Amino acid sequence: MTIRQLSVFLENKTGYLNEMLAQLAKYNINIIALTVADTSEYGIVRMIVSDPEKALDILREGQFTVRMHDILSLEMDAAPGSLSKILNLFTEADICIEYVYAFSFGSKSIVVFRTNNRDKAIEIINENKLKSIREADLK
Amino acid sequence: MPREKMRALQTERLKELVNRVYNNVSFYRQRMDEAGVKPSDIKTLEDISKLPFTHKQDLRDNYPFGLFAVPMKDIVRVHGSSGTTGKPTTVGYTKNDIDNWSEVVARSFTMAGISSDDIMQVSYGYGLFTGGLGAHYGAEKVGCSVIPISGGNTRRQLQLMADFGSTALACTPSYALHLADAMAEHGYSLSDMKLKAGVFGAEPWTENMRKELERKWGIKAFDIYGLSEIMGPGVSHDCEYHCGLHVHEDHFFPEIVDPETKEPLPDGQEGELVFTTLTKEGIPLLRYNTRDLSTLYREKCECGRTLVRMKKITGRSDDMLIIRGVNLFPSQIEHVLLELGETSAHYMLYVDRKNNLDTLELKVELDESKLTDTIRDLQNLSRKIEHALNSAIGLSVKVTLVEPKTIARSEGKAKRVIDNRNK
Ligand SMILES: [Zn+2]
Repeated sequence: MTIRQLSVFLENKTGYLNEMLAQLAKYNINIIALTVADTSEYGIVRMIVSDPEKALDILREGQFTVRMHDILSLEMDAAPGSLSKILNLFTEADICIEYVYAFSFGSKSIVVFRTNNRDKAIEIINENKLKSIREADLK
Repeated sequence: MPREKMRALQTERLKELVNRVYNNVSFYRQRMDEAGVKPSDIKTLEDISKLPFTHKQDLRDNYPFGLFAVPMKDIVRVHGSSGTTGKPTTVGYTKNDIDNWSEVVARSFTMAGISSDDIMQVSYGYGLFTGGLGAHYGAEKVGCSVIPISGGNTRRQLQLMADFGSTALACTPSYALHLADAMAEHGYSLSDMKLKAGVFGAEPWTENMRKELERKWGIKAFDIYGLSEIMGPGVSHDCEYHCGLHVHEDHFFPEIVDPETKEPLPDGQEGELVFTTLTKEGIPLLRYNTRDLSTLYREKCECGRTLVRMKKITGRSDDMLIIRGVNLFPSQIEHVLLELGETSAHYMLYVDRKNNLDTLELKVELDESKLTDTIRDLQNLSRKIEHALNSAIGLSVKVTLVEPKTIARSEGKAKRVIDNRNK
């Protein structure tokens, strides 16, 4: 129920994000999902990519500041309100969602997120038999 | 050498020096006449306080050769500063000067345990800057196998260090840190290297930076002090006890003076470090005020040397910033960063004035291992550094994290402050 996510530290400079994306494209890395969290000086780009290991090497080689972390990932039902339903389960268990983003891959709707209590979040996922997503599902 | 014998030697050399500059350098004859002091007035070491000071500006005003005390035919080498803040300055050396310089650098390296068994990589810039050739001649005098690689080209530095098995490194402390940090990226690890001693100088650095260099390189790190006006590197050097730097006082007579009144201060008190070049022939200087802040100690060192010791330079009287009435040395910032150990020690301090209020912004390089997937962790890190700085220096500083390796590394003196006030 976890997949690997790359986090890249980027100062707010024009064209910098694009420079990073061009680097990945050059080596045929496919970007499955991407979100940016930022402040006035810098941001963290979070990405799910087709080959995280290789992408990590490429970015380090290109002098980017990057780390790889595991994040929780679930498949959502293709019905209105399904994300809200999942998040409700966590709220009821007093788990804070630090960030969340959703994307689709093929016919699947996927949500990834980080909580302030990972172990408890995994319990909730298991208890409620939520459909988990593994990296193999994104090939 | 017993203290009394040293004092006798210094007195004799001082008297001879004053005679020489009075007779051969019109600048000094004029200054001494203005001060109403004759060479015959200098009878004891204490009489040195009757002599006029020399400042950097005097070298600029007499550029290029105005302060030389011998004809150019006796000058065998010229060094100089680039003069980023005005006209450049030039210094000249006779054959004897080069011999004496090699001798004091050799003594310095010996203090660092370096011998003819060592392979020394000299990564100071070669050229007008005194670092490269100064270290080079001293290392040859010791009998080291010298690698005159000069500064820059990090990949090649590491390759030769590994291939040749360099056992000693001479460069600026910030460049040594840069080389250590660059090892992994160029495919080297500590086990590829045979380095055991580092002799670092040309910029002020802290005890914490010594610890960091010793840890990152697995070496003993020594501080070599000097400045081109006085000779170049090798004016003083620390021994294995690191309790100040032993001054080669038979060649360079040190004094500490009050930064305000310029009156001599007793041992143990901090002030501006002043040197008189007792033996130099090319460009002998009387009471040159380095503006470096230090303290002198004359108690015998644990290593057995009786040479006077100067406290490791903690700052300069002229890079002292006054921020909202508070005195601040950039080295204090470095100290806090290294103490925290959360970021690299590479930083740039921006001083500005907004609505008549001085502001400080510190750009500091993020350490990749501290990056997480949330902004909040980075903001917490900034706040932690801001808090530590605030309690250490009593000033509020805005901390901005920047990408690793984006703050310029220097191979000469590091520039750490950009002061945009009064511009
Ligand atoms: Zn000692």
